[in-house]
Amino acid sequence: MFSRAYKAAVTLPPLLWVTVFLLMPYLLMFCYSFWSVSASQAIVHSWNLDNYRQLLRVNIYWQTLLRSMWIAARVTTFSLLLGYPLAYFLSFYAGKKKDLLYQLVIIPLWVSYLVRAYAWKTILGSDGVLNTLLQYMHLTKHPLEFLLYSPFAVVLTLTHIYTPFAFLPIYAALEHIPRNLVEASHDLGATPGQTFWRVIFPLSIPGVVAGATFAFVLSLGDFLAPLLLGGPSGIMISNIVVSLFGAAYNWPLGAAISFCMLLLVVSLLVFSERLEKKWSFS
Amino acid sequence: MTTTPQIAVTNAGDDVSRTTLLSIRNVAKRFGRNLVLRDISLEVKEGEFLTILGESGSGKTTLLRIIAGFETASAGEVWMGDARLDRQPPYRRRVNTVFQSYALFPHLTVEQNVAYGLRVAKRPEAEIAARVSEALKKVKMSAHAKSKPSKISGGQQQRIALARALVNRPQLLLLDEPLSALDANLRRQMQVELKSLQREVGISFIFVTHDQEEAMVMSDRIALLRSGELEQVATPREIYGHPATAYVAQFIGHTNLLKGEVRAGVVRCGPLMWTAALPDGAALFSLRPENIRLASEKTTAPDTVRVRGKVRQQAFHGATELIRVECGDGLVMVVRTPGSGGALDEVELEFSPADAVLVRESPERI
Repeated sequence: MFSRAYKAAVTLPPLLWVTVFLLMPYLLMFCYSFWSVSASQAIVHSWNLDNYRQLLRVNIYWQTLLRSMWIAARVTTFSLLLGYPLAYFLSFYAGKKKDLLYQLVIIPLWVSYLVRAYAWKTILGSDGVLNTLLQYMHLTKHPLEFLLYSPFAVVLTLTHIYTPFAFLPIYAALEHIPRNLVEASHDLGATPGQTFWRVIFPLSIPGVVAGATFAFVLSLGDFLAPLLLGGPSGIMISNIVVSLFGAAYNWPLGAAISFCMLLLVVSLLVFSERLEKKWSFS
Repeated sequence: MTTTPQIAVTNAGDDVSRTTLLSIRNVAKRFGRNLVLRDISLEVKEGEFLTILGESGSGKTTLLRIIAGFETASAGEVWMGDARLDRQPPYRRRVNTVFQSYALFPHLTVEQNVAYGLRVAKRPEAEIAARVSEALKKVKMSAHAKSKPSKISGGQQQRIALARALVNRPQLLLLDEPLSALDANLRRQMQVELKSLQREVGISFIFVTHDQEEAMVMSDRIALLRSGELEQVATPREIYGHPATAYVAQFIGHTNLLKGEVRAGVVRCGPLMWTAALPDGAALFSLRPENIRLASEKTTAPDTVRVRGKVRQQAFHGATELIRVECGDGLVMVVRTPGSGGALDEVELEFSPADAVLVRESPERI
């Protein structure tokens, strides 16, 4: 069909891009994770597993990783709980307002991540919008301190930011359900509730899995929300990586942590793809 | 499979004794400014095979969806027995539908699909298993019980859709062009099977199709819908033999429409002339091609109309031939003859005036 020269011309640029900007950095990172830093702050190219041992030995690393996963799991849950009903309503009941509402869900994605994170800072701070309101209404005497600089603030902000990412694949999955299946279900005597649980929800599972994966992976690697709103108790694993590559100047250890996260994310993606395949019927 | 000759069997006399199951009263439906159905009244009797026949856009599917409950009528009522059907949600109606594209649940096996209605009705599992296997046997699909719908052919999906509906023992089964996706041979086979299945289970069927041949083969009665209005409701024989309007005559089978003028009991239509007890004025007649014969010297029945003409076209159809004959005065007649045995040129045609059926004009509708 196509000449070899044409095929090469088409495939070479993306291949080159992926090699130079993705595979090689990863490879480099992988190598770094086996090296170490000397007392004089120089990278020593001696191969050993010290970094990985340190990861397991020093509590703060694996504890932070676990806490990050816990935060990501909560963000995923809340994103699904918000995103699914929204997608369901839009797909099945919004009628003519569907396109408008869809745009309203998408528009926040155009606003800079930083702006959205800062917005929560002004809402949750001690003299923020929420605390001022609560005191004005005499619901509290003193500003609520747990609102900002806490895991709560991080989960809240990340949920706000990543709900559209959970919403989109769910909405797409729901839109793909042939409406005559819903009619067939009603026709066979199933109430709207039975129809949802027996037909609509099972057929939307691939979308739920994709949405959950997006929300989990994106929030697991997030470092800006914990940096801006997390405080000491809301720190996440990426903040540690950032500081290891920055002030702490321990690239090898940072690379080892990064590589572990990469492994975690990739295995998660493989798992979710299998799950999606198992539940897709086209 | 048994091969039944494809003849519509009318149940003459039966109609009187049967009780009315479904009664559609003055139903109308508009979508925005578009009037899709206007003032439809129709009764379906118990155990009857009624076909709603019409071109695409005639409103036949809309009427079916109103009965199933997927659309609400803009006006009128639908009654089943002595209960108002159109006020109930679809899941409370004892009506099941076989969808045009089958609408099988892709995530469930064949068996689970058929069991669906019984499961949501919370029947005991033992009863479900027994009824599902009986239903699958009835449509000859027991071997595929554990397959997913995507793994079986269109004809097989069709049978499953049928079993899934019938297993619930509905009072009324609605079929929305269920055979339109099948190829011609399978389609003819399914027509016969479907008809004998309907006899066997004794449930009323409302069958929607645009295929007049299918309607003729299967139905006890045909309701012909045109632009949202019922044109004629009658048995296949009646609708074919005595079409009420020019549209019906043309839609069902081939016909010659003869525009005539009646004066003092004599009909004139170009070169044709016969006597009929009709009031003076314009009249329209439908004359079926098979009711016109090639005249021969021997068959000179006393009461026949004869006309000479030139053969313009001759089409061989196997058992019969269709011949277009120009008879002068702008009159072209289509004649169906058993094989003529060769090319024809000048012919004389004859028909009996009794076969020229008076029909109403079908005015244009928007």
